[in-house]
Amino acid sequence: MSLLSLRGLSTEFYSGGRWLEAVSDVSFDLRPGEILGLVGESGCGKSTIAYSVMQLLAHNARISRGQVLLGETDLLRLEEADLQALRGSRVSMIFQNPMTALDPLFTIGHQLVETLQAHLDINMHEARRRALSLLRQVGIPAAEERLRAYPHQFSGGMSQRIALAIAIACQPQVLIADEPTTALDVTIQAQILQLIRRLLVDERGSGVLLITHDLGVVAQVCDRVAVMYAGSIVECGEVAALFAAPQHPYTQALLNSLPSHRKARGRLETIAGRVPSLGDRPAGCPFAPRCPHTKERCENGRPPLIKVETGQEVACVLYD
Amino acid sequence: MQLARYIAGRLLLLLPVLFGTSVLIFLLLRLIPGDPAQVILGLRATPERLVIVRSELGLDLPIHQQYAQWLGKLLAGDLGKDFRSNEAVSELLRVRLPVTIELTLFALALAIVVAVPLGIRAAIRPGGLADRAAMLLGLLGISIPDFWLGIMLILLFSLGLRMFPSSGYVRLESDLVGNLRSFFLPALTLAVGLAAVLVRMTRAALLEVLERDFVKFLRAKGLRERLIIYQHVLRNASIPIVTVIGLQFGYLLGGAVIVEEVFSLPGVGRLIVSATLERNYPVVQAGMLVVALLFILVNLATDVLYGLLNPKIRGDGA
Repeated sequence: MSLLSLRGLSTEFYSGGRWLEAVSDVSFDLRPGEILGLVGESGCGKSTIAYSVMQLLAHNARISRGQVLLGETDLLRLEEADLQALRGSRVSMIFQNPMTALDPLFTIGHQLVETLQAHLDINMHEARRRALSLLRQVGIPAAEERLRAYPHQFSGGMSQRIALAIAIACQPQVLIADEPTTALDVTIQAQILQLIRRLLVDERGSGVLLITHDLGVVAQVCDRVAVMYAGSIVECGEVAALFAAPQHPYTQALLNSLPSHRKARGRLETIAGRVPSLGDRPAGCPFAPRCPHTKERCENGRPPLIKVETGQEVACVLYD
Repeated sequence: MQLARYIAGRLLLLLPVLFGTSVLIFLLLRLIPGDPAQVILGLRATPERLVIVRSELGLDLPIHQQYAQWLGKLLAGDLGKDFRSNEAVSELLRVRLPVTIELTLFALALAIVVAVPLGIRAAIRPGGLADRAAMLLGLLGISIPDFWLGIMLILLFSLGLRMFPSSGYVRLESDLVGNLRSFFLPALTLAVGLAAVLVRMTRAALLEVLERDFVKFLRAKGLRERLIIYQHVLRNASIPIVTVIGLQFGYLLGGAVIVEEVFSLPGVGRLIVSATLERNYPVVQAGMLVVALLFILVNLATDVLYGLLNPKIRGDGA
């Protein structure tokens, strides 16, 4: 059983008088006790998937097809009031820039307590007690005093810990972490990732959808990874297998372009061409114009994900 | 504690500001052509009489001595005497100041009560009905001049519908309802211009805050939209709104001069206008100084409010 399932999700944006598909036919499952990495370049639709799941898309965006299942519940069929009840309690989200994610005019304590009281039928005293325990769990020193502090009095790493405390306050089954460590320096990054693994996966058996453009982060904490290119998942599988034997030409090229101590010194590999803009994505395989193996068949629609011998699923005509 | 020190510091700064203001008022007034003695005695006064009256009023002294004399009395709490009636200026102000203050506060309250909720609704649904109403208020309120609006309101509500008196003033102590009725049309006239600025500011400030990251996080936490808007977004938007209210208070004091004239309210604005026409120096000087002091105090109150609204400005904890 999976905690979160996307079934053929497509999301569009209205721009320049027409609807443009930013996410095309995306399906994946997030299982209990795993961290699933969603990796891709800027603009490939990673964050749009996150907002589609949370049902917090901008006014000019809409989900055109597909299903988002949280357990048994189809989120796309819920009323706003029911969604509010689920957000922050069954599915939570943390964001890229922790310094701007908290309301600057309210204390940390207030922002924790209001989250608890929005979802749980508890009194002020109990909410305060839990807020304190949450701050301790995420490793904020002198938690009792810090409840009365304001966001500007915390560093980026500490702010992300607080955001995490708020996100896990009501024991969600699913956490969506949208580039949670991109704005932080490397040592803090490792601490936050470890904290996410310990608090959500190890202690609660929840699932985490970790959105990132950083393959290092994926290798460090993810169990499985889905690689996105131009709105579609092109390859998906266990992290170790995928890094050891990438199958999709895009994944291969991506991993090839990483600096590595095993390779001889020299110029880094690059991928020829550039990512197609939202307005002119090709009708067939989105990677076809830049792919060294392009065939005529590549232009006949987006290839579906197919399970290959090495264990991962790949969307490429080479594996038909 | 920090706030108290901050206020004390600002109050201390008041002294040089008031000194500068007093010099400006004093000099500007004497730049206006016209001789108070001539005004008092009329056009057919003899030169000898003019000399006598000028020396009685102290106008024969060099200008810096005149200023020093005025300042000396001012520091002793003496605002001087009306050139014409010989009444104490402080007494004139004591009677008229409450009228102007009530008028501006009433106008301020009317503007806030209408413009802030309308601005909030306009920001929540851009392009909706409230948004269009806000745009209309913003456009008309800025475009319509006070004196014309005042006259139109008198025509409609006083002479036409007979709902409110067209002029005159009922003291607050003697009849509360009568007092509010006599103030309603003048306050409304004065409020329209402020409401126009305020509705636009409220809308723009809210729209800006709604775009911020923390609003996304509040939504992701599953808070109800009402709570997000009225607690978090509104409080964050309140700093620019409070700024506009503080700055526009000066506009209200200026507008009060015209509105008091149109509705024949015995306020400070009217007092200053008639005293200026008479070259009644002590009355104009004291009146303007009091108005300047009011404006400065309102700005100080605005700054203190910033501190209360924003912990970062307050310098809390850390």
